[in-house]
Amino acid sequence: MNSFFSSWTWKMAWRDARSNKGRLFIYISAIILGVAAQVAITSFRENIDHTVNSQAKELLGADLEVETNEPYTDQTLAFFDSLGGQQSSVVEFASMAYFPKTGSTRLSNIRALEGGFPFYGELLTQPKNAVEKLRTGNQALVDQTLMTQFNIRIGDSVKIGNVILPIGGAIEKVPGEAAAVSLIGPRIFIPQRLVDSTNLIQPGSRVEYKTYFKFEAGRNMAAVEASLEADHDQRLRYDTVEERKEEIGEAVANLSKFLNLIGFVALLLGGIGVASAIHVYIKRKVDTAAILRCLGSSARQAMNIFLVQALVLGFIGALCGTLLGLGVQFMLPGLFNEFLPVQVDIGISWFAIGLGFLTGTGVSFIFALLPLLTLSKASPLYTLRTFDDSITSLLSTKTKGIIYLLIAITIAGYAVLLTSDWQVGLFFTAGIIIAFGLLLGVARMLMMLIRRFFPTSWPYVWRQGLANLYRPNNQTTALMVSLGLGVLLISTLYFSQNMLMNELQFASREDAPNLIFYDIQPDQNDGVNSIIKRNGARVIQNVPMVTMRIDSLNGVSADSIRNDSTRDVSGWALRREYRSTYRDTLLDSETLLEGEWVGRAPDTGAVPISLAQEIAEDLSAGIGDTLTFDVQGIPVKTYVGSIREVDFQRVQPNFFVLFPSGVLEPAPQIFVTVTRAIDRNQSVQIQQDVVQSYPNISAIDVRLILSTIQSFIDKISFAIEFMALFSIITGLIVLASSVIVSRFQRIRESVLLRTLGASKRQILIITGVEYLFLGLLSALTGLFLSIITAWALSYFYFDISFIPNLWVIVLLTLGLTGLTLLIGLFSSRDIYKKTPLEILRLEGT
Amino acid sequence: MESNSILSVSSLTQTFTTGDHKLTVLDDVSFSIEKGSMCSIVGPSGSGKTTLVGLCAGLDRPAKGTIILNDINIGKLNEDERAKMRNQHVGFVFQTFQLVPTLTALENVMVPLELRGSSAASTQLKATELLAKVGLSDRLHHYPAQLSGGEQQRVAIARAFINEPDILFADEPTGNLDAETGATIEDLLFELNRDLGTTLVLVTHDLTLANKCERVIELKKGSIYRDEVTTDTVAAKSREQVTPPNQ
Repeated sequence: MNSFFSSWTWKMAWRDARSNKGRLFIYISAIILGVAAQVAITSFRENIDHTVNSQAKELLGADLEVETNEPYTDQTLAFFDSLGGQQSSVVEFASMAYFPKTGSTRLSNIRALEGGFPFYGELLTQPKNAVEKLRTGNQALVDQTLMTQFNIRIGDSVKIGNVILPIGGAIEKVPGEAAAVSLIGPRIFIPQRLVDSTNLIQPGSRVEYKTYFKFEAGRNMAAVEASLEADHDQRLRYDTVEERKEEIGEAVANLSKFLNLIGFVALLLGGIGVASAIHVYIKRKVDTAAILRCLGSSARQAMNIFLVQALVLGFIGALCGTLLGLGVQFMLPGLFNEFLPVQVDIGISWFAIGLGFLTGTGVSFIFALLPLLTLSKASPLYTLRTFDDSITSLLSTKTKGIIYLLIAITIAGYAVLLTSDWQVGLFFTAGIIIAFGLLLGVARMLMMLIRRFFPTSWPYVWRQGLANLYRPNNQTTALMVSLGLGVLLISTLYFSQNMLMNELQFASREDAPNLIFYDIQPDQNDGVNSIIKRNGARVIQNVPMVTMRIDSLNGVSADSIRNDSTRDVSGWALRREYRSTYRDTLLDSETLLEGEWVGRAPDTGAVPISLAQEIAEDLSAGIGDTLTFDVQGIPVKTYVGSIREVDFQRVQPNFFVLFPSGVLEPAPQIFVTVTRAIDRNQSVQIQQDVVQSYPNISAIDVRLILSTIQSFIDKISFAIEFMALFSIITGLIVLASSVIVSRFQRIRESVLLRTLGASKRQILIITGVEYLFLGLLSALTGLFLSIITAWALSYFYFDISFIPNLWVIVLLTLGLTGLTLLIGLFSSRDIYKKTPLEILRLEGT
Repeated sequence: MESNSILSVSSLTQTFTTGDHKLTVLDDVSFSIEKGSMCSIVGPSGSGKTTLVGLCAGLDRPAKGTIILNDINIGKLNEDERAKMRNQHVGFVFQTFQLVPTLTALENVMVPLELRGSSAASTQLKATELLAKVGLSDRLHHYPAQLSGGEQQRVAIARAFINEPDILFADEPTGNLDAETGATIEDLLFELNRDLGTTLVLVTHDLTLANKCERVIELKKGSIYRDEVTTDTVAAKSREQVTPPNQ
């Protein structure tokens, strides 16, 4: 490497670069955006981590949160007293909120607050002192998004159950909660002393009782946690600041992993751009290397001149990318604000800057290595005999294999580093290599097919343009790989988003239920059904539900199984509260997989139940296994009589555990009613009537949920598309740079044709035909592969049907083909504008 | 090797393999060239002239035989050693000029001395002087694309002589030039050869030019067909001009 540091090498690198600035800029331009994406995302993540650490306590609003689903027992309250510190409690449940001013209703997340929560951070409201109205007066705080949606103002009233409250303020931010939470369940804070008056908490209601603690500084949290882990007469779940930090850290890490991989694709595309640009550049430098070797330079000296250029340019590209990335990171909080529980403080991340420089320079170097090494093989004999072969033919298969392996290892290593997960990293690398391989294979196959089935009867200019696709020095492979990969990524993203949304459009299907009422008490059931019928709708389903928990499995208590690490039973499945139903038949959404369905329970002995396939797997339970359920204090012995497949995507109550008739009828139960409103007005009217008559009943308006999901997916998609934009623009830069750098290969031919009498129009058509086919074939190949990928995703991952949108395919194909053609013709404009001699003189330097 | 010879070639054979076919380009060629002499190598296309010059100048390794250049057996040198040898002892002039297109005329001429590590100031001074000698004082900072063919070849000649080589190989130096410019280049080559005492090996199709050298080696189908000393050559006249009358 001595010659690398010699002043002559650097002087020659500068002299050579001087008159090649334009070409060299093309070389670096491809990596700028890839580096920018990496730097922006890494900086953003670092900033979030920093913010989360500095605002740790505000994430929870307290030092400790303890939660249970049942009202506190005396023992629990005594335990809380023993913990000491400042305490504040929240009773949280879902209920319909009714706004008398507009007559609108909405299923909301009601939080009945008592005490000084949040102890850390601030419950941001409009006006600012609205929290005081909640604490001291009988006023409610309503989520800003809900007020905007229903055009509700401060001072208007809201009816929660049997209580009507004036709205004292709008909630803007709850410590530790992302704004997007309000999309899923708009929050309404009410004073806790009014909970009983609402009359909403009834048997079977799902309620979370939370108590927040603020301890004096230096409190031993490990001891507090240990006391929470000890036996209590009710199940207590808890969350500490550290746990909340970890949860958020994990979520942010997952988000940044995903975004990083998207950004990484931009970087890889940039790498291909670098490889393609430098390949052509180096091909023109073989002669120079041969001359220098003739004059006495060693092979390494000659190569080092261009190695210096590659490294310096990679560094400059990395610098530009890093600066751009630091700018872009200011935009990211805007994109992700709604999903983040903290207000991110933007700062300089030296780690991100370092990573940007390393990545930019590294990618430039690795992808430039193959062409660069060929210079070390440039024989001085080429001064006497012109070298006109592919430059990579100068390298042995072994050397090329080592370089390709090095590139693969670098990609895999970097992907593992970005995702901190070797499996994901390797999977990603394998995916990229397969996509590369497929695109390469398709490009080669197309060239072979065009050659074999060449349309000899076509006009000369068309034949000439088409032949350029397979003739020596063609750019078919490079362009098809880079463009195809870009199209593959973007359209797969689009197709996936599209098919998920299509799948969610179940509510628009005719006869599909779109309104669900739950928490219906037995004495309210008939009333609700008659309200539905009175409004002209049909009761599609009216199902009883009984809450229960698993007490034991095959005679072993659920607690023992949970504590036994050798048992492969999901803790979630053991802990959860089951809402089961009973009936004597299976529905058409249920298919028997194993065992026998018994519709009527025998008078004595264990009850034969049917488990959904998913829960049977989670419980590791098979036919004949016994389960004892605690049905609100009464043990009910059962055994698995059958296992069934349930279509959980149907809009109707679906059950993990199905009892036969004749067992649960006397148990305390609630009802769920499913109906279909023909339009929004009917839906609103039914909801209003039900909520006014029975305030405790909650309604799920599937249409509303769908629009919520739609807006949620739109927001996420926008953020993802923003990152994908880096790949698209890089793809375009790679396209433009490939066209520009390969211009020289076509220029002599065009000049010769013009000298021989070809008109500008003919040259234009020849060039146009070449780029038309390149664009068309790249788009079609990329789309074809993305359809396969989307289908594989739909089949193996999402388990839904996928029908590609023909319009998308047509528009993408036309768009990309047009763009390629435009860039191709624009970059070659000199050929038609200048005289042949002028061009040759310009290109000669 | 004879003590006065600068280049001695013995039993030189060069073969190329293309696919299954083995092609012998040079077959058992032997000759030697005296220091300071002018020798031309002639022959029809495909006779092996360029291959012979490439091997003699150390641009390639022979399949068989030995080449002693300035007492160095160049067949035994590795690539880096051959590069160093070329830089110290050999000059080149090519038919297609072979200037580095991204370097100015001055920078092209400076390269051999820069490679040797000479000081920048002295290298630039010497390059400027040489370019002045070939009549290009006003073209120092022009790029090759901005020069005519004759001017480019003059830059190449200045570059060939800057390291004061012991031997200069010129491959069809006038092949790409018109007759008038070609004659100027010939004069320049012979003049510099005479002034600096450099051995000149000239590969050419042009028998008139070849006969201006004191010795002509003619190749045919890879073997020496003719090797004779010519009379009334430019070389002889040059010697007469530089030899003092009392000697």
